[in-house]
Amino acid sequence: MIRVVLPAHLRALARVKGEVTVEVEGTASVLSVLDALEAKYPMLEGTIRDHATRVRRPFLRFFACEEDLSHEPVDAPLPEAVVNGKEPLLVIGAIAGG
Amino acid sequence: MSTVRVSVGTRKGAFVLTSDGKREKWDVSGPHFAGWEMYHLKGSPADPNRLYASQTSGWFGQIIQRSDDGGKTWFQPGTPPGETTTPEGTPKGESNKFTYDTSAETGKPLTTHQWYDGTQHPWEFKRVWHLEPSLSDPDTVYAGVEDAALFRTTNGGRTWEELSGLRGHGTGPNWQPGAGGMCLHTILLDPKVKGRMFIAISAAGAFRSDDAGKTWKPINRGLKSQYIPSPESEVGHCVHRIAQHKSRPDTLFMQKHWDVMRTDNAGESWQEVSGNLPTDFGFVIDVHAHEPETIYVVPIKSDSEHYPLDGKLRVYRSKTGGNEWEELTRGLPQSNCFVNVLRDAMAVDSLDKCGIYFGTTGGQVYASADAGDSWAPIVRDLPAVLSVEVQTLP
Repeated sequence: MIRVVLPAHLRALARVKGEVTVEVEGTASVLSVLDALEAKYPMLEGTIRDHATRVRRPFLRFFACEEDLSHEPVDAPLPEAVVNGKEPLLVIGAIAGG
Repeated sequence: MSTVRVSVGTRKGAFVLTSDGKREKWDVSGPHFAGWEMYHLKGSPADPNRLYASQTSGWFGQIIQRSDDGGKTWFQPGTPPGETTTPEGTPKGESNKFTYDTSAETGKPLTTHQWYDGTQHPWEFKRVWHLEPSLSDPDTVYAGVEDAALFRTTNGGRTWEELSGLRGHGTGPNWQPGAGGMCLHTILLDPKVKGRMFIAISAAGAFRSDDAGKTWKPINRGLKSQYIPSPESEVGHCVHRIAQHKSRPDTLFMQKHWDVMRTDNAGESWQEVSGNLPTDFGFVIDVHAHEPETIYVVPIKSDSEHYPLDGKLRVYRSKTGGNEWEELTRGLPQSNCFVNVLRDAMAVDSLDKCGIYFGTTGGQVYASADAGDSWAPIVRDLPAVLSVEVQTLP
């Protein structure tokens, strides 16, 4: 079970409060977690990664265990603490004006 | 008694304003989708309780929302309310998907348009500016997007396909973004001629299709734009808005970057009707619901000073289809007013007397229940208003 923390606007879209959890078969990576997240919450399709290119939106970043995973290969294994549920994968929106 | 519903899109959410036919007391609901840019909301003429909304964000991209109960509750089409997956499994989450058609069968792989510096730039989807529901089918909606293209859904917003004949018309490399981006902001569906529709793009110009969006022709003859290399060119004009009266669909009125124009032959040729306007720059233009020669604009000082002349917010009305304009000021601020009225932020109801509505970047929504003779704010302190649409309900 992978824990995921979403920005407030995406929690509102998904109609959830607090963290969400997803199950991933095989290697847990940012890619497999996002695939599982979008399968469970299809209204989030296109909001974290572009619908057409599947690339992370530029104002969003991925963090876990105090590490920035945003620029790692999307299929790189997640830290063990995320895989075993001790730490969440954080999807963070840029602090930008407006 | 009739009811009036005003749907307001703002920089930080949507609001629904309702009143009875007197239009004196208003209920305000919202913000819906708080914190999101709500570019446009519009109801279906075929089912007034069916509303569509464009919800967008620089962080999270484009979302399409739909209401089937007049704006009380909303959901993303394809994902029923309260459910996290579609009953049939697929398509899921496709209501947010706007991808340009580059297929060999139907798409024309036109991949670049002109950038601000004159170089060519690839088409990149940014947001939906305008949603235009079909006149007869509540499940069919047209979407005007940035970078400029036209999309359509025929399943209530669950999936969208590009009508690529417009983007592939051939003049695309000469289209360029205005200051607000290269947006398709106006869609007019002809109520008399089947399959005829008009669109406008900033900065490309106006286009017409006579075959339900399959093929298009530019309709910009008569426009003169001193700010482009060839002032009378086929495309490249910064059209801000076009408007039409349903009884005379061949007559269109246009607020251009500068100049107010009209055509009486479905865009084959345009004439300037700015007449005695104090400035002919502006964004909005609309037509009285019952008088097809009565039109409204809000003159703005200039393309670099986006506020009313002299700090006086004035609507101008022409009862002669242009050229002769009268200023309307009663109830509007006549000092220290420096707001703008954006292109999708004026609408009319169909009551008698006709109601006129517009929203400002200062967050006011003004209404006139007497065709513009007098005005009063419905609300004063919303976020900056991007769009105003009105439904007259039985």
